[in-house]
Amino acid sequence: MSNDTAKSKRTTHGRPRLFTSYSGEMAIFNTRVKLIWAILGGAVVLALPFFFQRDMVALFTTVFIYAIGGIGLNLLTGYAGQVSLGQAFFLGIGAYTAAVLGGESKGDVIGLGWDMAIWLPLAGLVPAIIALIVAPLAARVRGLYLAILTLGLVFIGEHIFKEAKPLTGGAGVGRTPAEPVLFGFDLFSNHEIRFDLFSNHEIRFDVDRFTVYYFACFIIFVVLALLARNFTRSRFGRSFAAVRDRDVAAEVMGVSLLRTKSLAFAVSAFYAGIAGALLSVIIGRISPETWNFFLSIDFLAVIFIGGLATITGSIMGAIFVVMLPQLVKALTGVLPIDQGVGQGGLLNVFELQTIIFGVLIVVFLIAEPRGLYGLWIRLRNYFKAWPFSY
Amino acid sequence: MDELLGSIVRGTGLGGLYALLGVSFVIIYRATGVINFATPALMILGAFFTGAFGSSLGLPFFVSVVLAMIVMAAIGMVTERVALRPMVGRPAFSAATVTVGLFIILLIVAGRLIGSELVNVNDPFGLNTIEVFGSTLFTLDIARLIIAMVAIAIVGIFLARSRTGLAMRATALDQETSLAQGINVGRMFGLSWGISAAMAALAGAMLTAGGSGVETTAALFALKALPVIILGGLDSIKGAVIGGMIIGIVESLTRTYQPLYLPWLGAGFDVIVPYIIMIIVLMVRPYGLFGTKEVVRV
Repeated sequence: MSNDTAKSKRTTHGRPRLFTSYSGEMAIFNTRVKLIWAILGGAVVLALPFFFQRDMVALFTTVFIYAIGGIGLNLLTGYAGQVSLGQAFFLGIGAYTAAVLGGESKGDVIGLGWDMAIWLPLAGLVPAIIALIVAPLAARVRGLYLAILTLGLVFIGEHIFKEAKPLTGGAGVGRTPAEPVLFGFDLFSNHEIRFDLFSNHEIRFDVDRFTVYYFACFIIFVVLALLARNFTRSRFGRSFAAVRDRDVAAEVMGVSLLRTKSLAFAVSAFYAGIAGALLSVIIGRISPETWNFFLSIDFLAVIFIGGLATITGSIMGAIFVVMLPQLVKALTGVLPIDQGVGQGGLLNVFELQTIIFGVLIVVFLIAEPRGLYGLWIRLRNYFKAWPFSY
Repeated sequence: MDELLGSIVRGTGLGGLYALLGVSFVIIYRATGVINFATPALMILGAFFTGAFGSSLGLPFFVSVVLAMIVMAAIGMVTERVALRPMVGRPAFSAATVTVGLFIILLIVAGRLIGSELVNVNDPFGLNTIEVFGSTLFTLDIARLIIAMVAIAIVGIFLARSRTGLAMRATALDQETSLAQGINVGRMFGLSWGISAAMAALAGAMLTAGGSGVETTAALFALKALPVIILGGLDSIKGAVIGGMIIGIVESLTRTYQPLYLPWLGAGFDVIVPYIIMIIVLMVRPYGLFGTKEVVRV
């Protein structure tokens, strides 16, 4: 009967924004506002590196990388309801896979020097395969076993990273990371962009290597974020939510708990591996001590501060977690904080930042489990209904 | 042969600490279904208070340990009331993550309290040794074992015999029914946290005994009690004790013999032995030695 409305997905009169089909409601940009925000955000991202110094550009790149890792963890924790404290382990595996395949061979340290087109996917796949092997151990029992198991992985991983000297360089020494050379184009070197205008005016841009890498990471981030968003809309995404909300009911309906949990864990590890590989390039020299328990807690902070079970929230959380140290440093003049790592003042920068993560994880979980994203929803709804309260 | 006995005794000392921490995890897990990842920080705070009472007030070791346990019990109960009580009825993974948040908060607080000066718990054991059958044994290891067993026995008797202990066990079994029987379930949660934090404090004091001084980096030691409770069963106090002993002894033996026979496994391999045992247990017997197999009804 209403073939036209189903085709156009929206009614043309009356309530123009009413969803009249499921696919319309589940579209990635299901409202115009979302699309506008996304375009605005994209524009800001494109402009940012031309207004900031290179250390800030590197920091913005770290935001994308943390967002990738955070999205991965959110698929596991937010959507499938399984806590993982092992994100750092998978970041490390990803970083070392990338470094071995795409890095430089120096002394006893192995490096094959392959192209980024090979090492980047493998930096995700190797952790995912490890996750698939490990997950069934914890997934066949209910409860918090996965949290404990992944905690164990972090410690075992740290030991392996320290001891496997041909691959990782060993404790305190470290190794050089992978080189981001994609099809012969170095994504981490200065470039000069030149194009001729009317064949006599030549326009030249000098693009800093941090800016080049920034854009590379941005593109990878956008692809992975859209993939994740699509994933959550699929059959698998719905089975994740079913397992989180009521595992018994999910199982009765034919969702295999073991398969769903393992899949969630593997996908999360894939994202973590990619994030680890990209992060190692920014860090410059990777040492086994980087991938410790506290890095895992950083990623927990990303998703619990940003908001559970939202991709947007993970991005907000990543911005917050990566940018907070800058904010804290800016406030050192105002608050009784020690500038360095010493014992002066009330707390030093690192301690203050860590304690803020801790407090915010607790406060958000108690008061607003949807995190920053939930605050945004509240704000939006307030103005949507203004001047009425609802 | 001399090494073997010394190694086993050190293992039982270590096992005593693991048993204390394991019981600390188990009590909270039984009451609230949450694994308390803040335990390492509670342990370090306990060690700090023991040292602080000992050095600033000049109290003897055992008095300061008991005082520290009381202080930590209070801190544990306040923590539960402020941060965990609002999480009642919410998914277990949320509550567990709250404890992760608490862990880093308390760890920073502990690090700040300890500061840059060496805090020593001033224990009477130090590095004293005794000779038994020609082997040199540290009195500290024996003291760790005995004190841990006494403390766990007291908690066990309290749970088994006292009215409050009965109420706690009832709460662990079924919260709603306990509520209907007039038990203040919230208070039982608080009490569980109190007992658990006191046990962690005792473990912290005994861990840092021997003149090594209190450091926040020692906190991660407590996480090795998680493999212990996986081995023993998440909800079994008996399991925590036996699991603690097994893992303590295996770890100690590894520390003695692995550098001799399997040096390629690397330095400090003994530290990750508990986690490897945990993975094996999860493969073979996921509910542990004495854990209750979970049965779910629709």
